[in-house]
Amino acid sequence: MAVVLTMIAGGILFAVLGNDPLVAIRTIFWDPLFGEFAFYYRPQLLVKGAPLILIAIGLSLGFRAGIWNIGAEGQYIVGAICGAAVGLAFYPLQSVFVFPLMVLSGALGGMAWAMVPALLKVRFGTNEILVSLMLVYVAENLLAAMALGPLRNPDGMGFPGSRNLAQYESADSWIAEAAGLHWGVVAAVLAAICAHLLLKRHILGFQIRLTGQSRRAARFAGVRPNALVLFCLGLSGALAGLAGLFEVAGPSGQISIDFNSGYGFTAIIVAFLGRLHPLGIVLGGLLLALTYIGGEIAQSQLGLPAAAIQAFQGMLLFFLLGVDVLTNYRIRIGRTETA
Amino acid sequence: MTDLLTIEGLTKAYPGVRANDDVSFTVGEGEVHALLGENGAGKSTLVKIIYGLVKPDSGRMTLRGAPYEPTEPRSARAAGVAMVFQHFSLFEALNVAENVALGMEDPPPQRQLAARIRAVSENYGLPLDPSRMVGDLSAGERQRVEIIRCLLQDPKLLIMDEPTSVLTPQEVEILFETLRKLSEEGTAILYISHKLEEIRALCDNATILRLGKVVDSCDPREKSAAELAEMMVGTVLHNPNRQPAEPGEIVLDVSGLSVKPSTPFGKTLKNLHFTVRAGEVLGIGGVAGNGQDELLAALSGEVLADANAIRLNGQPIGQLGPNARRRLAMLSAPEERMGHAAAPDMSLTENALLTGAIRENLVNRGVVKWPAARAFAKRIIEGFDVRTPGPDNMARALSGGNLQKFVIGREVLQRPDILVVNQPTWGVDASAAAAIRQALLDLASAGAAVIVISQDLDELMEVSDRFAALNEGRLSEARPTRALSLEEIGLMMGGAHGMEVAHVAG
Repeated sequence: MAVVLTMIAGGILFAVLGNDPLVAIRTIFWDPLFGEFAFYYRPQLLVKGAPLILIAIGLSLGFRAGIWNIGAEGQYIVGAICGAAVGLAFYPLQSVFVFPLMVLSGALGGMAWAMVPALLKVRFGTNEILVSLMLVYVAENLLAAMALGPLRNPDGMGFPGSRNLAQYESADSWIAEAAGLHWGVVAAVLAAICAHLLLKRHILGFQIRLTGQSRRAARFAGVRPNALVLFCLGLSGALAGLAGLFEVAGPSGQISIDFNSGYGFTAIIVAFLGRLHPLGIVLGGLLLALTYIGGEIAQSQLGLPAAAIQAFQGMLLFFLLGVDVLTNYRIRIGRTETA
Repeated sequence: MTDLLTIEGLTKAYPGVRANDDVSFTVGEGEVHALLGENGAGKSTLVKIIYGLVKPDSGRMTLRGAPYEPTEPRSARAAGVAMVFQHFSLFEALNVAENVALGMEDPPPQRQLAARIRAVSENYGLPLDPSRMVGDLSAGERQRVEIIRCLLQDPKLLIMDEPTSVLTPQEVEILFETLRKLSEEGTAILYISHKLEEIRALCDNATILRLGKVVDSCDPREKSAAELAEMMVGTVLHNPNRQPAEPGEIVLDVSGLSVKPSTPFGKTLKNLHFTVRAGEVLGIGGVAGNGQDELLAALSGEVLADANAIRLNGQPIGQLGPNARRRLAMLSAPEERMGHAAAPDMSLTENALLTGAIRENLVNRGVVKWPAARAFAKRIIEGFDVRTPGPDNMARALSGGNLQKFVIGREVLQRPDILVVNQPTWGVDASAAAAIRQALLDLASAGAAVIVISQDLDELMEVSDRFAALNEGRLSEARPTRALSLEEIGLMMGGAHGMEVAHVAG
């Protein structure tokens, strides 16, 4: 329902921008899967979907408990920086331990970044939404500093950006590049399965759901709210950091000034599109990945501005939440009656 | 006496239930008319119709002979009908006069309004300072704000919904004085309650509702409380009984318990001392908002206290959280069912897990044993006659009484050494309330210590061996219930909150 509404409103938007709406919609949703160059785009679905799913799974756990991590983008960046830094420190050593170490430090980096809002919230009662969001901008500047400074490729003739990790065998996250398969895809699938088991079978998942429903009942059931804040923010930060690491060590290959592409924010849409259910998030992640790929095609073929695609993705969240509100509540014009 | 309000054939159906079914009765000018019935009998729907909050499906009302069809509370007020709700709609951060002004169509300037409030309050013996913050007022004083708000409109009919549930016996007496004076001046009062003695003391006429229908009407002064109860419930109620057990060892020893409030208008618990023995029921009375919630939170472990302030079988437990206390067989059931004792949008199985995880061994290394949790939920449902299709139903779908039976049953079945309950029968119909009280008494007979925190004095007189009262966060000394008179209990509860000086003018 929300997707259909988005297509209609998006079509209107594209028409205003001077394109045939039907062609634009087809370019975004149809061409990547069944068009002429689908053999190239289909693997991209996994490449774009994996980080979205990985981040969204982490966010969804917090969202269910009413803990709002909006700064996954920053955690994603810091995870990538930390992971890449470890990889680059070992360059050009070839060893099977390099990649696992990078994975570990990527996760820890993202987690550490998320711990800032978590600890501030627990200790001083600050709002995690604001703090985590503001840290995104800090992370972006940190990224630029790193790309221009310590992590710059010494053989790069002064260009900003690090060495290409995808060409450094021990640090490469690709499993099969042609199929779009890298370790991030594996991690996303694992994360979805683990999150599903956690929510369904584990007492911690029960506590997360209970906290989201009623904080008082959760407290009565022995949930320690502060511990839960640390856990949810830490875990979502770690998963976002992992996503960043897998991205930098594979599809992107290097730390560059504009390495991040908004996955951390888009993952919020994915989490809600998937109704905060792990399986739904997998599907939602693939759908949003489609809009990313289709958006790129539309940019190159139809000359649609990139902002239009982002607006399109934003519309999806807007309609999704709007439809939710309208199914749960009825709009009444005039005075309310209390019955 | 001429007729003021006539109601004929009023019917209102909600999906699945006929809240009012062909209800007819008449209220005379200046009459104090009781509307008597159990929870769910349709009293609230009926007065909401009269007050214009709910539209009836069919039926006619006339007020002083003219057709009366209020479409909203404003038109009801314009016609001279005012209502004091059971739950107050006041803003704690505003003062009395500001609160009163908020309920008026076009409020006069504050100074003028304050003068009028003072005049009305003295005239009817309801002392109230218009400039005080509502957040600082007792429940009885807050009710006075609501009453004065109504009286300023000079109503012909005043509807009062369960007005005494938050009052001490002395405050009830003063309220009755006010109502009698109003009645003498010609204001009719529609008085809703399920407290029979009050109705016998106050009302001229009673209409009795059961399952939405008028089953009888009578002069309550000519009937005994037992006869009224029979009319209300339809069957003879049997009072809970118990075999008095020899009090055993001291199970819980609370000494010097002080807790700061977690909310701005919460109460501070000040230096509480009491003990409970095995096999004994300690009743803790008091008017709402005097520290009951805070006491339950401190005993359940939701709020931590000094380690030595609470000792369970000699072991200091003040610093232990809820689950650690459950492990030691100290269980509790808070007042608020939805969202505190139970999660409304979770199934009964999940709600059984909520407190049963530890003692019923429902979790194995973090993995929930859902079949076992479901079996536990089923045992509660069967053991406590919870009316529901099954353990997969949402807690929200249960009626208040059924959910309360579930909540109490959940704790009782976990074999506590000590059980703390707050308002165990609040908003519960008479037969469910009797079942819950019986379960608590059985638990005590079996050797557990039980603490019942309640605002229902009749309930406490019925179940407790010793009685103490909370007042302004302080606890009185516990005394044997049998030896106490209602008068003494009222004084333990803090008397009438400074109302002794009040006098009814004229």
